[in-house]
Amino acid sequence: MKTDDLISALSERLEPTSPRAPLWAMALWIVGGLAVSAALMLTVLGLRPDFMTAMGTGMFWTKFTYTLALGGIGLWLAERMGRPGVQIGRPARMLQSLVIGFIVLAAIRYFTAPAADHARMLMGHSARLCPCYILALSVPLLLATLVAMRRLAPTNPTLTGFAAGLAAGGMAAFVYAFSCNESAMPFVAAWYTLPVLICGLVGAVIGRFALRW
Amino acid sequence: MIEAEAALRALMLRALKGDTRAYADLLAQLTRHLRAYYGRRLSAAPEDAEDLVQETLIAMHRRRDSYDPNQPLTAWVYAIARYRLIDHYRRSKVRATVPLEDAGALFAADEVEPAMARRDVSRLLDRLPAARAALIRATKIEGLTNAEAGEAVGLSEGAVKVNVHRGLKALSMKPRADAGGEAGE
Repeated sequence: MKTDDLISALSERLEPTSPRAPLWAMALWIVGGLAVSAALMLTVLGLRPDFMTAMGTGMFWTKFTYTLALGGIGLWLAERMGRPGVQIGRPARMLQSLVIGFIVLAAIRYFTAPAADHARMLMGHSARLCPCYILALSVPLLLATLVAMRRLAPTNPTLTGFAAGLAAGGMAAFVYAFSCNESAMPFVAAWYTLPVLICGLVGAVIGRFALRW
Repeated sequence: MIEAEAALRALMLRALKGDTRAYADLLAQLTRHLRAYYGRRLSAAPEDAEDLVQETLIAMHRRRDSYDPNQPLTAWVYAIARYRLIDHYRRSKVRATVPLEDAGALFAADEVEPAMARRDVSRLLDRLPAARAALIRATKIEGLTNAEAGEAVGLSEGAVKVNVHRGLKALSMKPRADAGGEAGE
Protein backbone atom coordinates (compact mmCIF):
# COMPACT_ATOMS: atom_id res chain seq x y z
CA MET A 1 0.00 0.00 0.00
CA LYS A 2 1.27 3.44 -0.80
CA THR A 3 1.67 5.81 2.08
CA ASP A 4 -0.69 8.37 0.58
CA ASP A 5 -3.41 5.73 0.30
CA LEU A 6 -2.78 4.72 3.89
CA ILE A 7 -3.22 8.31 5.00
CA SER A 8 -6.55 8.68 3.23
CA ALA A 9 -7.71 5.30 4.57
CA LEU A 10 -6.79 6.27 8.12
CA SER A 11 -8.38 9.69 7.95
CA GLU A 12 -11.59 8.26 6.49
CA ARG A 13 -11.74 5.93 9.45
CA LEU A 14 -11.19 8.73 11.96
CA GLU A 15 -13.63 8.83 14.84
CA PRO A 16 -13.62 11.51 17.50
CA THR A 17 -11.90 10.46 20.70
CA SER A 18 -10.60 12.07 23.84
CA PRO A 19 -7.29 11.70 25.66
CA ARG A 20 -9.42 11.01 28.72
CA ALA A 21 -11.09 8.01 27.06
CA PRO A 22 -8.40 5.50 28.13
CA LEU A 23 -8.68 6.64 31.74
CA TRP A 24 -12.25 5.43 32.08
CA ALA A 25 -11.43 1.98 30.75
CA MET A 26 -8.38 1.84 33.01
CA ALA A 27 -10.35 2.96 36.06
CA LEU A 28 -12.85 0.18 35.45
CA TRP A 29 -10.11 -2.46 35.42
CA ILE A 30 -8.51 -1.09 38.55
CA VAL A 31 -11.76 -0.87 40.46
CA GLY A 32 -12.41 -4.47 39.40
CA GLY A 33 -8.97 -5.53 40.66
CA LEU A 34 -9.56 -3.74 43.95
CA ALA A 35 -12.93 -5.46 44.35
CA VAL A 36 -11.46 -8.95 43.80
CA SER A 37 -8.56 -8.21 46.12
CA ALA A 38 -10.88 -6.83 48.81
CA ALA A 39 -13.18 -9.84 48.50
CA LEU A 40 -10.17 -12.15 48.94
CA MET A 41 -9.10 -10.22 52.01
CA LEU A 42 -12.58 -10.29 53.56
CA THR A 43 -13.23 -13.99 52.93
CA VAL A 44 -9.77 -15.49 53.54
CA LEU A 45 -8.17 -13.13 56.04
CA GLY A 46 -11.06 -11.16 57.51
CA LEU A 47 -11.11 -7.63 58.88
CA ARG A 48 -8.85 -7.02 61.83
CA PRO A 49 -10.87 -7.91 64.95
CA ASP A 50 -10.07 -4.61 66.65
CA PHE A 51 -11.07 -2.53 63.60
CA MET A 52 -13.35 -0.13 65.49
CA THR A 53 -11.06 0.51 68.45
CA ALA A 54 -7.96 0.85 66.26
CA MET A 55 -9.58 3.75 64.40
CA GLY A 56 -8.61 5.93 67.33
CA THR A 57 -4.87 5.31 66.85
CA GLY A 58 -2.53 7.26 64.60
CA MET A 59 -0.90 4.19 63.05
CA PHE A 60 -4.29 3.00 61.79
CA TRP A 61 -4.46 6.04 59.55
CA THR A 62 -0.72 6.17 58.81
CA LYS A 63 -0.84 2.71 57.26
CA PHE A 64 -3.76 3.63 55.04
CA THR A 65 -2.20 6.93 54.04
CA TYR A 66 1.18 5.40 53.17
CA THR A 67 -0.25 2.52 51.15
CA LEU A 68 -2.87 4.64 49.41
CA ALA A 69 -0.15 7.15 48.46
CA LEU A 70 2.02 4.31 47.10
CA GLY A 71 -0.86 3.02 45.03
CA GLY A 72 -2.04 6.45 43.89
CA ILE A 73 1.34 7.89 42.92
CA GLY A 74 2.23 4.53 41.35
CA LEU A 75 -0.86 4.74 39.14
CA TRP A 76 -0.07 8.33 38.27
CA LEU A 77 3.50 7.36 37.32
CA ALA A 78 2.28 4.41 35.24
CA GLU A 79 -0.27 6.59 33.46
CA ARG A 80 2.42 9.14 32.58
CA MET A 81 4.67 6.36 31.29
CA GLY A 82 1.82 5.07 29.16
CA ARG A 83 1.81 8.31 27.17
CA PRO A 84 4.74 8.56 24.72
CA GLY A 85 7.12 11.49 25.13
CA VAL A 86 5.87 12.60 28.54
CA GLN A 87 8.35 13.52 31.27
CA ILE A 88 7.90 11.38 34.37
CA GLY A 89 10.22 13.29 36.70
CA ARG A 90 7.62 14.59 39.12
CA PRO A 91 5.68 11.40 39.98
CA ALA A 92 8.95 9.41 40.00
CA ARG A 93 10.53 11.80 42.49
CA MET A 94 7.38 11.87 44.63
CA LEU A 95 7.26 8.09 44.84
CA GLN A 96 10.95 7.97 45.71
CA SER A 97 10.66 10.58 48.46
CA LEU A 98 7.53 8.91 49.86
CA VAL A 99 9.31 5.58 50.32
CA ILE A 100 12.58 7.06 51.55
CA GLY A 101 10.76 9.53 53.82
CA PHE A 102 8.64 6.81 55.38
CA ILE A 103 11.63 4.54 55.97
CA VAL A 104 13.62 7.41 57.54
CA LEU A 105 10.74 8.29 59.89
CA ALA A 106 10.40 4.63 60.83
CA ALA A 107 14.14 4.37 61.44
CA ILE A 108 14.02 7.42 63.73
CA ARG A 109 11.23 5.81 65.76
CA TYR A 110 13.13 2.57 65.86
CA PHE A 111 16.43 3.97 67.04
CA THR A 112 14.93 6.38 69.57
CA ALA A 113 12.94 3.55 71.22
CA PRO A 114 14.44 1.46 74.02
CA ALA A 115 16.35 -1.55 72.69
CA ALA A 116 13.97 -3.89 74.48
CA ASP A 117 11.17 -2.78 72.12
CA HIS A 118 13.19 -3.23 68.91
CA ALA A 119 12.21 -6.81 68.15
CA ARG A 120 8.52 -6.07 68.67
CA MET A 121 8.62 -2.89 66.56
CA LEU A 122 10.33 -4.47 63.60
CA MET A 123 9.09 -8.07 63.63
CA GLY A 124 5.66 -7.70 65.27
CA HIS A 125 3.88 -11.02 65.28
CA SER A 126 3.36 -11.44 61.53
CA ALA A 127 6.58 -10.37 59.81
CA ARG A 128 6.77 -13.61 57.89
CA LEU A 129 3.13 -13.70 56.81
CA CYS A 130 2.49 -10.06 56.02
CA PRO A 131 4.60 -9.84 52.79
CA CYS A 132 3.08 -13.12 51.56
CA TYR A 133 -0.46 -11.90 52.15
CA ILE A 134 0.22 -8.60 50.41
CA LEU A 135 1.75 -10.41 47.44
CA ALA A 136 -1.22 -12.75 47.25
CA LEU A 137 -3.66 -9.84 47.37
CA SER A 138 -1.63 -8.06 44.69
CA VAL A 139 -2.19 -10.78 42.05
CA PRO A 140 -5.64 -9.59 40.85
CA LEU A 141 -4.48 -5.97 41.11
CA LEU A 142 -1.30 -6.57 39.12
CA LEU A 143 -3.24 -8.30 36.37
CA ALA A 144 -5.84 -5.54 36.28
CA THR A 145 -3.23 -2.78 36.25
CA LEU A 146 -1.21 -4.39 33.46
CA VAL A 147 -4.32 -4.95 31.35
CA ALA A 148 -5.30 -1.34 32.01
CA MET A 149 -1.87 -0.13 30.88
CA ARG A 150 -2.32 -1.89 27.57
CA ARG A 151 -5.01 0.70 26.83
CA LEU A 152 -2.25 3.35 26.58
CA ALA A 153 0.99 3.25 24.59
CA PRO A 154 3.97 2.63 26.91
CA THR A 155 7.24 3.14 25.00
CA ASN A 156 9.28 1.56 27.79
CA PRO A 157 7.42 -1.66 28.63
CA THR A 158 9.82 -2.83 31.36
CA LEU A 159 9.83 0.41 33.33
CA THR A 160 6.10 0.87 32.82
CA GLY A 161 5.57 -2.65 34.15
CA PHE A 162 7.64 -1.71 37.19
CA ALA A 163 5.48 1.35 37.86
CA ALA A 164 2.30 -0.69 37.33
CA GLY A 165 3.65 -3.31 39.75
CA LEU A 166 4.43 -0.68 42.40
CA ALA A 167 0.91 0.71 42.01
CA ALA A 168 -0.64 -2.77 42.29
CA GLY A 169 1.54 -3.57 45.33
CA GLY A 170 0.61 -0.29 47.00
CA MET A 171 -3.09 -0.94 46.46
CA ALA A 172 -2.71 -4.54 47.72
CA ALA A 173 -0.96 -3.25 50.85
CA PHE A 174 -3.86 -0.81 51.30
CA VAL A 175 -6.35 -3.67 51.11
CA TYR A 176 -4.25 -5.73 53.52
CA ALA A 177 -4.16 -2.86 56.02
CA PHE A 178 -7.85 -3.54 56.72
CA SER A 179 -6.87 -6.97 57.99
CA CYS A 180 -3.50 -6.38 59.62
CA ASN A 181 -3.38 -5.34 63.26
CA GLU A 182 0.32 -4.52 63.46
CA SER A 183 0.83 -1.03 64.78
CA ALA A 184 4.55 -0.19 64.64
CA MET A 185 5.91 2.08 61.94
CA PRO A 186 9.19 0.15 61.46
CA PHE A 187 7.12 -2.98 60.80
CA VAL A 188 5.11 -1.21 58.11
CA ALA A 189 8.23 0.40 56.59
CA ALA A 190 9.87 -3.01 56.22
CA TRP A 191 7.14 -5.59 55.65
CA TYR A 192 4.75 -3.45 53.64
CA THR A 193 7.39 -1.79 51.47
CA LEU A 194 9.17 -5.06 50.65
CA PRO A 195 6.24 -6.81 48.93
CA VAL A 196 5.40 -3.59 47.07
CA LEU A 197 8.93 -3.56 45.62
CA ILE A 198 8.74 -7.28 44.80
CA CYS A 199 5.43 -6.67 43.06
CA GLY A 200 7.12 -3.87 41.10
CA LEU A 201 9.87 -6.25 39.95
CA VAL A 202 7.34 -8.90 38.95
CA GLY A 203 5.46 -6.19 37.04
CA ALA A 204 8.68 -5.21 35.25
CA VAL A 205 9.36 -8.79 34.16
CA ILE A 206 5.80 -9.34 32.94
CA GLY A 207 5.47 -5.85 31.49
CA ARG A 208 8.59 -6.31 29.39
CA PHE A 209 6.61 -8.75 27.26
CA ALA A 210 2.97 -8.08 28.06
CA LEU A 211 3.09 -4.32 27.50
CA ARG A 212 4.60 -4.44 24.01
CA TRP A 213 2.36 -3.13 21.29
CA MET B 1 10.18 20.67 13.75
CA ILE B 2 9.71 22.89 16.78
CA GLU B 3 8.61 25.72 14.51
CA ALA B 4 5.92 23.37 13.27
CA GLU B 5 4.96 22.21 16.76
CA ALA B 6 2.18 24.74 17.32
CA ALA B 7 0.63 24.11 13.90
CA LEU B 8 0.88 20.33 14.19
CA ARG B 9 -0.55 20.35 17.69
CA ALA B 10 -3.50 22.47 16.53
CA LEU B 11 -4.18 19.97 13.74
CA MET B 12 -3.98 17.09 16.23
CA LEU B 13 -6.47 18.74 18.59
CA ARG B 14 -8.91 19.16 15.70
CA ALA B 15 -8.30 15.58 14.58
CA LEU B 16 -9.07 14.27 18.06
CA LYS B 17 -12.45 15.96 17.78
CA GLY B 18 -13.08 14.14 14.49
CA ASP B 19 -11.95 16.66 11.86
CA THR B 20 -10.90 14.34 9.01
CA ARG B 21 -9.33 17.08 6.86
CA ALA B 22 -7.13 18.32 9.67
CA TYR B 23 -6.18 14.71 10.34
CA ALA B 24 -5.20 13.96 6.74
CA ASP B 25 -3.18 17.17 6.70
CA LEU B 26 -1.47 16.22 9.99
CA LEU B 27 -0.60 12.72 8.80
CA ALA B 28 0.79 14.05 5.53
CA GLN B 29 3.05 16.50 7.37
CA LEU B 30 4.14 13.93 9.93
CA THR B 31 4.95 11.51 7.10
CA ARG B 32 7.59 13.93 5.86
CA HIS B 33 9.15 14.18 9.31
CA LEU B 34 9.03 10.41 9.77
CA ARG B 35 10.62 9.79 6.37
CA ALA B 36 13.52 12.01 7.37
CA TYR B 37 13.76 10.32 10.76
CA TYR B 38 13.80 6.74 9.47
CA GLY B 39 15.65 7.56 6.26
CA ARG B 40 18.63 8.77 8.24
CA ARG B 41 18.64 5.75 10.54
CA LEU B 42 17.96 3.08 7.94
CA SER B 43 19.87 4.47 5.00
CA ALA B 44 20.91 0.92 4.03
CA ALA B 45 17.31 -0.29 3.72
CA PRO B 46 15.07 2.42 2.24
CA GLU B 47 12.13 0.01 1.79
CA ASP B 48 12.26 -0.77 5.54
CA ALA B 49 12.20 2.95 6.21
CA GLU B 50 8.96 3.42 4.27
CA ASP B 51 7.44 0.37 6.00
CA LEU B 52 8.29 1.92 9.35
CA VAL B 53 6.75 5.22 8.31
CA GLN B 54 3.50 3.38 7.59
CA GLU B 55 3.71 1.31 10.77
CA THR B 56 4.21 4.45 12.79
CA LEU B 57 1.26 6.16 11.14
CA ILE B 58 -0.92 3.17 12.02
CA ALA B 59 0.44 3.05 15.58
CA MET B 60 -0.29 6.76 16.04
CA HIS B 61 -3.77 6.27 14.62
CA ARG B 62 -4.60 3.36 16.94
CA ARG B 63 -3.17 5.03 20.03
CA ARG B 64 -4.09 8.59 19.27
CA ASP B 65 -5.89 8.94 22.59
CA SER B 66 -2.56 8.33 24.35
CA TYR B 67 -1.57 11.87 23.35
CA ASP B 68 -1.82 14.30 26.26
CA PRO B 69 -2.86 17.70 24.83
CA ASN B 70 -0.79 19.49 27.48
CA GLN B 71 2.40 18.00 26.10
CA PRO B 72 4.30 18.76 22.87
CA LEU B 73 2.94 16.73 19.98
CA THR B 74 6.42 16.33 18.46
CA ALA B 75 7.66 14.62 21.63
CA TRP B 76 4.76 12.17 21.33
CA VAL B 77 5.45 11.51 17.66
CA TYR B 78 9.19 10.95 18.10
CA ALA B 79 8.69 8.73 21.15
CA ILE B 80 6.42 6.49 19.07
CA ALA B 81 8.82 6.63 16.11
CA ARG B 82 11.73 5.61 18.34
CA TYR B 83 9.67 2.80 19.86
CA ARG B 84 8.80 1.45 16.42
CA LEU B 85 12.46 1.70 15.37
CA ILE B 86 13.64 -0.28 18.41
CA ASP B 87 10.88 -2.81 17.73
CA HIS B 88 12.10 -3.05 14.13
CA TYR B 89 15.68 -3.76 15.27
CA ARG B 90 14.39 -6.38 17.68
CA ARG B 91 12.34 -8.16 15.04
CA SER B 92 15.03 -8.12 12.36
CA LYS B 93 17.78 -8.92 14.87
CA VAL B 94 20.11 -6.39 13.31
CA ARG B 95 21.08 -5.14 16.74
CA ALA B 96 24.25 -7.22 16.82
CA THR B 97 25.32 -6.18 13.34
CA VAL B 98 25.30 -2.42 13.80
CA PRO B 99 29.00 -1.44 13.81
CA LEU B 100 30.04 0.49 16.88
CA GLU B 101 31.08 3.50 14.79
CA ASP B 102 27.54 3.80 13.42
CA ALA B 103 25.84 3.24 16.75
CA GLY B 104 25.86 6.97 17.36
CA ALA B 105 23.09 7.36 14.80
CA LEU B 106 20.78 5.26 16.94
CA PHE B 107 21.15 7.69 19.78
CA ALA B 108 21.40 10.77 17.63
CA ALA B 109 19.23 13.64 18.69
CA ASP B 110 15.98 14.06 16.86
CA GLU B 111 15.12 17.21 14.99
CA VAL B 112 13.95 18.41 18.38
CA GLU B 113 17.38 19.45 19.61
CA PRO B 114 18.63 21.62 16.76
CA ALA B 115 15.16 23.16 16.65
CA MET B 116 15.33 23.92 20.36
CA ALA B 117 18.74 25.54 19.84
CA ARG B 118 17.36 27.60 16.96
CA ARG B 119 14.47 28.71 19.14
CA ASP B 120 16.84 29.67 21.95
CA VAL B 121 18.98 31.69 19.56
CA SER B 122 16.06 33.60 18.14
CA ARG B 123 14.71 34.20 21.64
CA LEU B 124 18.07 35.67 22.67
CA LEU B 125 18.33 37.77 19.53
CA ASP B 126 14.91 39.24 20.24
CA ARG B 127 16.36 40.92 23.31
CA LEU B 128 18.93 42.87 21.34
CA PRO B 129 18.09 46.11 19.55
CA ALA B 130 16.34 45.10 16.32
CA ALA B 131 18.97 46.57 13.95
CA ARG B 132 21.82 44.84 15.72
CA ALA B 133 19.95 41.52 15.85
CA ALA B 134 19.26 41.78 12.13
CA LEU B 135 22.98 42.27 11.41
CA ILE B 136 23.87 39.19 13.49
CA ARG B 137 21.23 37.14 11.71
CA ALA B 138 22.52 38.27 8.33
CA THR B 139 26.20 37.63 8.99
CA LYS B 140 26.23 34.70 11.42
CA ILE B 141 23.13 32.71 10.49
CA GLU B 142 22.44 33.52 6.84
CA GLY B 143 26.16 33.69 6.10
CA LEU B 144 26.46 37.08 4.36
CA THR B 145 29.79 38.90 4.50
CA ASN B 146 30.07 42.06 6.60
CA ALA B 147 30.20 44.14 3.40
CA GLU B 148 27.04 42.56 1.96
CA ALA B 149 25.13 42.94 5.20
CA GLY B 150 26.26 46.57 5.51
CA GLU B 151 25.24 47.41 1.97
CA ALA B 152 21.67 46.32 2.66
CA VAL B 153 21.26 48.72 5.58
CA GLY B 154 23.69 51.43 4.54
CA LEU B 155 26.53 50.80 6.96
CA SER B 156 30.25 50.43 6.26
CA GLU B 157 31.92 47.05 6.56
CA GLY B 158 33.74 48.20 9.69
CA ALA B 159 30.56 49.49 11.34
CA VAL B 160 28.87 46.14 10.72
CA LYS B 161 31.86 44.35 12.23
CA VAL B 162 31.77 46.47 15.39
CA ASN B 163 27.98 46.10 15.71
CA VAL B 164 28.07 42.35 15.35
CA HIS B 165 30.95 42.06 17.78
CA ARG B 166 29.18 44.13 20.45
CA GLY B 167 25.94 42.26 19.88
CA LEU B 168 27.58 38.88 20.28
CA LYS B 169 29.39 40.06 23.38
CA ALA B 170 26.10 41.21 24.91
CA LEU B 171 24.51 37.89 23.98
CA SER B 172 27.28 35.89 25.59
CA MET B 173 26.59 37.71 28.86
CA LYS B 174 22.81 37.31 28.75
CA PRO B 175 22.29 33.58 29.03
CA ARG B 176 24.57 33.50 32.04
CA ALA B 177 22.57 36.23 33.71
CA ASP B 178 19.36 34.36 32.92
CA ALA B 179 20.60 30.93 33.88
CA GLY B 180 19.33 31.25 37.42
CA GLY B 181 15.85 32.31 36.45
CA GLU B 182 15.08 29.88 33.66
CA ALA B 183 16.74 26.75 34.98
CA GLY B 184 14.59 23.84 36.04
CA GLU B 185 11.34 22.63 34.60
